[in-house]
Amino acid sequence: MNTAPLLEATGLSKAYGPTAALSGADFALRAGEVVAVMGPSGSGKSTLLHCLAGIVRPDAGTLAYDGRDITALSDTARSALRRTDFGFVFQFGQLVPELSCVENVALPLRLNGEKRKAAEARALEWLARLEVDDTAAKRPGEISGGQGQRVAVARALVSSPRVIFADEPTGALDSLNGERVMRLLTDASRDTGAAVVLVTHEARVAAWSDREVVVRDGSVRSSEWAA
Amino acid sequence: MSIGHTLLGLLEAGPRHGYDLKRAFDERFGHDRPLHYGQVYSTMSRLLKNGLVVVEGIEPGGGPERKRYAITDAGVTDVADWLATPEKPEPYLQSTLYTKVVLALMTGRGAAELLDTQRAEHLRLMRELTRRKKDGDLADQLICDHALFHLEADLRWLELTAARLDRLAEEVRR
Repeated sequence: MNTAPLLEATGLSKAYGPTAALSGADFALRAGEVVAVMGPSGSGKSTLLHCLAGIVRPDAGTLAYDGRDITALSDTARSALRRTDFGFVFQFGQLVPELSCVENVALPLRLNGEKRKAAEARALEWLARLEVDDTAAKRPGEISGGQGQRVAVARALVSSPRVIFADEPTGALDSLNGERVMRLLTDASRDTGAAVVLVTHEARVAAWSDREVVVRDGSVRSSEWAA
Repeated sequence: MSIGHTLLGLLEAGPRHGYDLKRAFDERFGHDRPLHYGQVYSTMSRLLKNGLVVVEGIEPGGGPERKRYAITDAGVTDVADWLATPEKPEPYLQSTLYTKVVLALMTGRGAAELLDTQRAEHLRLMRELTRRKKDGDLADQLICDHALFHLEADLRWLELTAARLDRLAEEVRR
């Protein structure tokens, strides 16, 4: 088994004004593994996720993806990488309210230049896999929170990403719906081989991962490989 | 868990032999900890002595597992009382962990590391339970959920204690 990290961060630091959000954080992710990033509120776990995903540029430190240093990539190049290789699930779905659910899921494919018909056909397959194909024609405002998160997971997976970044994906859901989202997300990631970086403060959600790291005061306290 | 009350409850559906009671218990409630035959017979002897069950018949071949037990009216009342009485919450784990944390601070050992190690162990077990729940039937899911919620509560305590460690250290060393 290849144990070389797919994504590796070394000494990441990031400050917002006088406040240090990350102070020399190290992190490594292997292909296909699910890693939970835990820690108290304000510990820097979301900032770590945003840096790893190329959404936020760190003040210091290096970030390598698939053996390539991507720290200094231009904004355009980082956006392209996010579209092709990364998928995202946030706490509140962040679906586009004016689009139907199938259009929302097809959006990453459309942004990558795929034709509408083909993109929506694949989007429908993912909606069915996430057990929300009945929402295809509805808009996000017409479906429940749990359904919305499953649509968001479908959108994250539709472009066959190698890494999914999930920031508190069940934070707004009750226990049963949260569990359903985690089951479908981890099953889908294992089937497709996508790795998952899962930010959560809930231990029951973290228990779906292969291993966990804990962020405290801007640094990662434990990042050992899973046994 | 009260094995006596559970066996009594199983008898409410109808009389059973000792070996049948053990099998029914293990299937529904035993999971990682099946009953020993010795536990079944010592429990049934006690229930018999207390008039909560009677022996309805004995199969040829001897051996206590051949006895067929039936619940009495007093036994049914006993099960009803047990089910109606809330369980005493058991904060034992926190007490042990609290003692360990305080002792670590008193003796100058790493209390934060102790909490981290415990957190990792809790999460390891939670992962195991989550896998078991994922592959199991509804009964497995409910049993695992119960354990998961308790472990989660412990983990919250661990996090809170980690956040208050400096204050606790000051008090302990005072």
